[in-house]
Amino acid sequence: MQETHTIVVPDVSAEVRQQLLDYVLQLADTSLILAHRLSEWCGHGPILEQDLAMANISLDLLGEARSYYQYAAELEGRGRTEDDLAYLRSAVEYRNPLLVEQPNGDFAHTIVRQFLYDAFHYHLLLQLQAGPDQQLAAIAEKSVKEAAYHVKWSAEWIIRLGDGTNESRRRVEAAINALWRYSGELTTPSATEQALQQAGFVPDYAAIQGQIDEHVARVFAEATLPVPQGVFMQKGGKTGRHSEHLGYLLAELQYLQRTYPGLTW
Amino acid sequence: METAELTQEEQFQARIDADVRIEPKDWMPEAYRKTLIRQISQHAHSELVGMLPEGNWITRAPSLKRKSILLAKVQDEAGHGLYLYSAAETLGASRDQMLADLHSGKAKYSSIFNYPTLSWADMGTIGWLVDGAAILNQVPLCRTSYGPYARAMVRVCKEESFHQRQGFEIMQTLCEGAPAQKQMAQEALNRWWWPTLMMFGPKDADSPNTEQSMKWRIKRFTNDELRQKFVDMMVPQAEFLGLTVPDDKLKWNETKQGYDFGDVDWAEFWDVVKGNGPCSRERLQARVQAHEDGAWVREAALAHAEKRRQRAETVAA
Repeated sequence: MQETHTIVVPDVSAEVRQQLLDYVLQLADTSLILAHRLSEWCGHGPILEQDLAMANISLDLLGEARSYYQYAAELEGRGRTEDDLAYLRSAVEYRNPLLVEQPNGDFAHTIVRQFLYDAFHYHLLLQLQAGPDQQLAAIAEKSVKEAAYHVKWSAEWIIRLGDGTNESRRRVEAAINALWRYSGELTTPSATEQALQQAGFVPDYAAIQGQIDEHVARVFAEATLPVPQGVFMQKGGKTGRHSEHLGYLLAELQYLQRTYPGLTW
Repeated sequence: METAELTQEEQFQARIDADVRIEPKDWMPEAYRKTLIRQISQHAHSELVGMLPEGNWITRAPSLKRKSILLAKVQDEAGHGLYLYSAAETLGASRDQMLADLHSGKAKYSSIFNYPTLSWADMGTIGWLVDGAAILNQVPLCRTSYGPYARAMVRVCKEESFHQRQGFEIMQTLCEGAPAQKQMAQEALNRWWWPTLMMFGPKDADSPNTEQSMKWRIKRFTNDELRQKFVDMMVPQAEFLGLTVPDDKLKWNETKQGYDFGDVDWAEFWDVVKGNGPCSRERLQARVQAHEDGAWVREAALAHAEKRRQRAETVAA
């Protein structure tokens, strides 16, 4: 299912193009890794409807990842394919933030990870679709519809778990406690993102931070959950310094391509 | 005979014979209801358990395109499970009870899902053979006598046909690929061929429910008839792929215009049905564990819904 429309590469300097490539790979890796995590739930969800919902979100993210990888391949201009980029890059070359590679844990961990990401993702895509890069804008325009659905789903579950039973509240609080420290990286620009922010290709995270905070605060309030304050934020994924989880994930994801390189499947 | 003199049972049979669909509020013999609940819930359970062998390869699919297709397929299966549980509920069965029966081992699911998926080629084989067998079983069910089941099957069959083509395409890609890929395809066919033939159930002579199910038009063909159709359909496809069907008794029979083929290992079939298949324990355990691990989530959803309801009442009052 290759994109049928032609991919438009912006007319920019080689340096900016390299930065843009790095950023698009970051977007692609992020969607792919989170899609991978969600797909691990397949057949193991708490109820059939939620198995379906998680597979659905995973599929959306995978579709988005493919669009970004195809664009990245074009930006790179070395004839590599979406599969080369997904399957033949090592953990230190992956650019996803730490949050999305965190293990599924229990359903509460999965929901908290999803909601923290969705709240960011939705507001990011709203900006990207109005950005100067035609290709990113086109992908974002399609994806923001899906992200709106994702954030609705994960927010509703934050509320159900927070304002459900004592047990669900205990679990969702434990998950927030475990995962909150990875939320800051999403809107902390890497050097690449800083450079691209100046060129207008990456939205001003400081500006969307307020919208994200407001969104999270609103959902947490309805869930009767306190918003954590003053948590030390971990980072590194966006520059290839990951947690120990990613290596295992990629070993599983990439093994067939690594075992039988260069074949068509 | 006057209609008034017909018993309820005879009137019911007359409607069946006239190909009138039976609907949830219609009178039906208790045995008809029970047979259908058993069959539809088994069918639903098969969709649910069937997510596991294929789900096993989603994280390892060899390309992003294949991964997307597989994920979409497993998502469809969850959807089929939902249609079928709903259809069974129209007969007065509850989903909780049906699931409890699955988890206790009382209710069965398709024996095929008790086999392990050991290579990527198994995703092709399952789509091609297993979904192919499912379609042969299910297409006649689109005309089954119970309306909700027949309508569910119309929707299921559309998606199944798509999955089957995708499975064949995986096989074709492997068979046209490197020798290692072709070997992978052949090895998968060797493992899945006989278990797929078992999907049609025991031989007609050993299938006590068949006669009554045919009379009620729940079933439209016998197990052996469908198995023969399957072999006749699949052997040319295997030949097209350049693969060998692992049956040395397989031979074209000019007189019957169909293939003669070897006998299924019925001892293995009954072992698997009784819960001793290679993955029987793992499959059931995965389902039970998902259900148990998910209990607190379902309880939270119920508790929250109840809180909302109470708040809404307070506001209204």
